Amino acid sequence: MSSVYALLFIVATIVLVIGLTRKIVQYAKTPAPLKIPTTPAPVTQTGVVFRLFREVVLFESLFKSTKWTWIFSWLFHMGLFLVLLRHVRYFIDPVWLPIQLIQPFGKYAAFAMVAGLAGLLVRRIFVDRVRYISAPSDYLWLLILLTIGMSGAMMTFVIHTDVVAVKQFFTGFWTLSGGELPMDPILLIHLTLVAVLMILLPFSKLLHIPGVFFSPTRNQVDNPRERRHLVEWARKFEES
Amino acid sequence: MAGAEFETPELSEHIEVPELVEGTMEHITCFVAKPEHQTDLGFPGEKVENWKEVAIDKMGDLLSRYRSFQVFMDACVKCGSCTDKCHYFLGTQDPKNMPVGRQDLLRKVYRRYFTFAGKYFPKLVGAVDLSEEIIDDWYSYFHQCSQCRRCSVFCPYGIDTAEISMAAREILDSIGVGQKYCNEIIGKVHKIGNNLGLPGPAILDTLEGLEEDVYEEDEVAVKYPLDVKGADILLVTPSADFFAEPHVDGLIGYGKVFHEAGVSWTLSTKASEAGNFGMFIGSYENMRRVSLRIREAALELGVKRIVFGECGHAWRIAYSFLNTLAGPFDFLDPDYPVPQHICEFTLNEIEKGTLEFDKSENDDMSITFHDSCNVARASRMGDTPGGQFEIPRKVIKAVVNNYHDMEWDTIHERTFCCGGGGGLLTDDLMEVRVKGAKPRMSAFKNVMEEKGVTHLAAICAICKSQFTKVLPYYGMDMFQIVSVHQLVSNAIVLNRKTPPEEAPGYGEDDDE
Ligand code: SF4
Ligand code: SF4
Repeated sequence: MSSVYALLFIVATIVLVIGLTRKIVQYAKTPAPLKIPTTPAPVTQTGVVFRLFREVVLFESLFKSTKWTWIFSWLFHMGLFLVLLRHVRYFIDPVWLPIQLIQPFGKYAAFAMVAGLAGLLVRRIFVDRVRYISAPSDYLWLLILLTIGMSGAMMTFVIHTDVVAVKQFFTGFWTLSGGELPMDPILLIHLTLVAVLMILLPFSKLLHIPGVFFSPTRNQVDNPRERRHLVEWARKFEES
Repeated sequence: MAGAEFETPELSEHIEVPELVEGTMEHITCFVAKPEHQTDLGFPGEKVENWKEVAIDKMGDLLSRYRSFQVFMDACVKCGSCTDKCHYFLGTQDPKNMPVGRQDLLRKVYRRYFTFAGKYFPKLVGAVDLSEEIIDDWYSYFHQCSQCRRCSVFCPYGIDTAEISMAAREILDSIGVGQKYCNEIIGKVHKIGNNLGLPGPAILDTLEGLEEDVYEEDEVAVKYPLDVKGADILLVTPSADFFAEPHVDGLIGYGKVFHEAGVSWTLSTKASEAGNFGMFIGSYENMRRVSLRIREAALELGVKRIVFGECGHAWRIAYSFLNTLAGPFDFLDPDYPVPQHICEFTLNEIEKGTLEFDKSENDDMSITFHDSCNVARASRMGDTPGGQFEIPRKVIKAVVNNYHDMEWDTIHERTFCCGGGGGLLTDDLMEVRVKGAKPRMSAFKNVMEEKGVTHLAAICAICKSQFTKVLPYYGMDMFQIVSVHQLVSNAIVLNRKTPPEEAPGYGEDDDE
């Protein structure tokens, strides 16, 4: 059984890395022929970095838009972020100091994550506009993430798993020394769904993760009068 | 007329998010372009036999050429925060007029043909085959988007439905299903030089008429020159300025400002149109062709600067795209931005102290300013972000005594579209236009009631035409919409009695 999971995670990692890289390469290679930043837009590259930072860390546009959605998704994303950081300790030994320091926060961040996701799910079900635009996969993602979050929290707060064994199993990945995964149903559900998430990410709306960095309305410098912007396919017109 | 009878929505004090009512605007389809209007622009004259393949191919082509389109198709998480941001949704309750609802009309086809999930699990991700009904939906609803970009302000990924509407319209054009209004107009620009199809002599006639009018009123010979070689400034303005109220009052204003500033300027028959409907149909090629006329006119006339008159989408194209499409403009004077907006020009002169105003001339009005979408969310003026909000307001405040802004969440980058932009300014879409104007009309009505505002000033030809038509539907008067430079024109004191061209020592004092 452990080797099945080992294989699953190897596949998941490969699919995630290759899939995401392909998408990022595609985005990077696709030209943006016209300057289309949504204004008022920064007029310098540094300004653009700040703008993206505010978008990615604070969800600025969402904040302007709908406070409830902002609260729920910010809780979810920040919770997830802390939880992920906390999980780093299952992959390295010795554990870096910042990761050690984050542990207590990371533990409770699981609640923020679950609360945020629950809020988003309720919104999706009860707000008619959001319900209208939702496909089955939109609910499915929330359910997958909720289950991951809840099973994780269960293992931390209710039925403890043998984390030492889990750590051995995952560090065994790098060192090829192997290790036995505890056959704990909650852990197995948790890990299965994480693997599913990794495999599906490059084929789903989770592409908003790289997407936000490539969105021309957010990442372009507003300087078209100062500098001529011309892409390859448009240059061809000039030659003919 | 497509729509027979419809009810004008009731204005509400606040922006109320309505419940969804599916299909309220399904019956609205604008006139389809005639074959000759299609072929003029390089599109098939009629719906092609193999439209399905052609449409999918075109989609693939656009996905590979426009990063915006590719990223926007993938990145939407269906968070719903754009859903209540579109004035067309707010005014019609039709869920396909929610920005994401509109995008999904295209996205569900994208998913089916271009993504793994959509190919193998279409039901799961809401992917569907391209069909006749979808084409109809595209035609209806992508012509109910004024490409105002309000949705893009509020989307966490900056997804801009305008980009998607442009792509959709280009796909429709490529299979031979174009919109009459836009395509006919683009044809006129290519052939005659402006959207209204005014020939050179007609423009000359109008300008001479204006000179006479101004002389009669002010006893000063303000010139409205056409095709004058060697002038310093080429003014490019929407052709509506030659034609109708209140546009033409704006043109009179520009002339007076140039006169007082002591600069030589000219209009051009060849570039007698600032508007560029190529953008509305998403066609880079057509947009480029229209833009090139301005370059040619500037070269032929040997001007040093280009200034644009009051037109919203024209300014977007001028500011954001002109350098790309028709540049480089290294033959112009590098001391000035290329191109410059008339409001930038006027404010600059005001700050230099060359212009004198008698603000009391505008005391019969109390003004509010309507930020036009393409200026507010797709361009800039001046050197700093947001200059496009401040500069027109500064100009207005310099010439009027009574000014009040509308509610903060309906101005600046949150401004509401007039309801007629993006190629919708056509009678066959009147129902869409009137309903879509509701949020803007509400904010205007509020500021009328609360602050005693009487007039709405705008710097966009489409906004002005649209308001002229739509204000009466809401029980207001069509003359409540004014040009910003009309206000300037009213207040300006003409101290310079001779036109600059005839003044001695002319040309020495215009370097800053
Ligand atoms: S661009 Fe404007 S009109 Fe089009 S969907 Fe967005 S808000 Fe609506
Ligand atoms: S705001 Fe953006 S991500 Fe959210 S539903 Fe609208 S388009 Fe999609």
